Amino acid sequence: MNTRTGPYARAILYAALIGFAMLFLMPAYMTVITAFKDPADIRLDTAWELPSRLNWSSFTEAIEKLAPNAMNSLILAVIATGLSSILGSINGYVLSKWKFPGHEVVFTLMLFGMFIPYQIILIPLFQTLRSIHMYGGIPGLVLAHVVYGLPITTLIFRNFYTQIPTALTESAQIDGAGFFRMYSRVILPLSIPGFVVVFIWQFTQIWNEFLWGITLAKHSAQPITVGLAQLAGGQAVKWNIPMAGSILAALPVLLIYIVLGRYFIRGLLAGSVKG
Amino acid sequence: MRRDQLIAIAVLLPSLILLAVFVYGFIGQTFYISLTNWGDHAALAENPEYEVVGFRNYRELFTGFLHSRFRQGLVNALFYTVLLVGGAIGLGLLLAILLDRQPRAEGLFRTIFLYPMSLSFIVTGTIWRWLLTPRGGINSLPKYVGLPQGEFLWMSSRQQILRFDWQSLPALTAFLVAAVLIVLAVQAWQANRKRRSIAVCIPALTLIIWAIFGSRFLPRFLPYPELHGFNLATIGIIIAAIWQYAGYTMALYIAGLRGIPVHLHEVAQLDGVNEIQYYLKIAIPILKPITFSAIIILAHISLKMFALIFAMAGSDNAATGHPSVLMYLTTFRGNKFALGAAIAVVLFLFVAVFIIPYLIHSYRERRAQ
Repeated sequence: MNTRTGPYARAILYAALIGFAMLFLMPAYMTVITAFKDPADIRLDTAWELPSRLNWSSFTEAIEKLAPNAMNSLILAVIATGLSSILGSINGYVLSKWKFPGHEVVFTLMLFGMFIPYQIILIPLFQTLRSIHMYGGIPGLVLAHVVYGLPITTLIFRNFYTQIPTALTESAQIDGAGFFRMYSRVILPLSIPGFVVVFIWQFTQIWNEFLWGITLAKHSAQPITVGLAQLAGGQAVKWNIPMAGSILAALPVLLIYIVLGRYFIRGLLAGSVKG
Repeated sequence: MRRDQLIAIAVLLPSLILLAVFVYGFIGQTFYISLTNWGDHAALAENPEYEVVGFRNYRELFTGFLHSRFRQGLVNALFYTVLLVGGAIGLGLLLAILLDRQPRAEGLFRTIFLYPMSLSFIVTGTIWRWLLTPRGGINSLPKYVGLPQGEFLWMSSRQQILRFDWQSLPALTAFLVAAVLIVLAVQAWQANRKRRSIAVCIPALTLIIWAIFGSRFLPRFLPYPELHGFNLATIGIIIAAIWQYAGYTMALYIAGLRGIPVHLHEVAQLDGVNEIQYYLKIAIPILKPITFSAIIILAHISLKMFALIFAMAGSDNAATGHPSVLMYLTTFRGNKFALGAAIAVVLFLFVAVFIIPYLIHSYRERRAQ
């Protein structure tokens, strides 16, 4: 694209971009400097100033407190992400390559599940988990995340498989490949980028989830978001610990975002731009 | 062929059954629970006893004098939604246009604007609560340029503006709907569809006349005036939410701007259209479908702001309250399951108003392809 603009306009452009970048980074700056400060040095009037020396002990303390929650979140996110990706892939395959009468209606009805506020299903979910003895533990949370993850994983895979040319699947059919062979020989080998997008999206969502963590998990199974909320809750908190905890809770998803940003954005766009 | 088609449906079936039960079945069950008195006694028993009492819980929520907090929560939800949608779309569009000018280090800037999106609401909330400490954080920044310290109390503020009496809500709603209809009528008129324009004007005028003359004959909801309005305590939470979601709308708009054919821009330049006019007159109208999606997605996120409010203001802060927070408190702290279910149903209906037309629209578009 031809952008014929004078040096004056360019200067304004960069000034605006740098200004906004500083605004967006300001919370991160405050978090990092507070986390590294000595608790005694944290005062409201010097909150913006750099720590006099790096104090790592807040991280040790935050790790000690959050490690069990982080472990829960990791187990939960890995299992639920795995299961919902597999199901999403198969569903997406059916809905893009084995269309049946009314498949669009079925797909639309499935998508509805990702837009509901989860408060509307929370009480029956709570009751159901209690009655099947899955309330309070990680398996119950896995079940919830897998079921309510189906719409988005199905959506991403369906859109992804729609781009695989029909010529490929048709020639496989002529060679006598049935439903499962076509999936394992043609579709699955081409699915890796789709899986990366879905893994990243689901892992981030599950790692960041809070409502189910606080309502459906007993203390021993609570995820990291609940642990952090408790660490930071209450009055008269020493801010170095919550800030160190925030960094720990943010680190896995932030790393994924920085390293695999391209795929992260694809997942982001998949959830909004029409199915 | 037929056999494989049957296998395909059989493979899909478990997911469909799960969603039928966990989404549609559970929504129905929550609606049913909202019509009962579950929570009046022994709520947490394995098989709680309760009976259907009709719409009592809804009547209580909207007109019971104990539940003004729910009503303020609804008003808050409206302001959370409008300001988050407006703020994130405005800022996101601006950032997208800046990046569309192809600056150096575009990728770096994009990463910086989008990283908040990867964070949990709990992380965002914890950090912003520290930034918005009344006697420190953002409030102390003016000192560094020689200005007096900020005085705003953020989430502890008890100021309220744009106050109105709950009793006048039906009339206000009628005015609002009428205003939307009049805008539609003007658009239809300009598009030379005069009949349609007149057809839209008639209900608009009826509503206005009813609001002015008819609404005073409504039964009194409450024995005394109950004032609600925009709680300034919510501003900090809205700012944090915009910080988190502006990058998201930016990503949507960047994808949209990339999709505009280059020659359109070139033709515009040859015609002497300057750059600002290009964005205002050509690009933004082309991006209308994206704006539409962004409004839907953001509105639906704002109605799910539970975790952010929880982390920034706590669940007990009435000034920043939201139906989603109140549903949690009522159900899981107060054990009033039926009342909690009724709050959830109200919240759900507000989301459904946005989402169902959106899903129908995208369904039609897929069919048309």
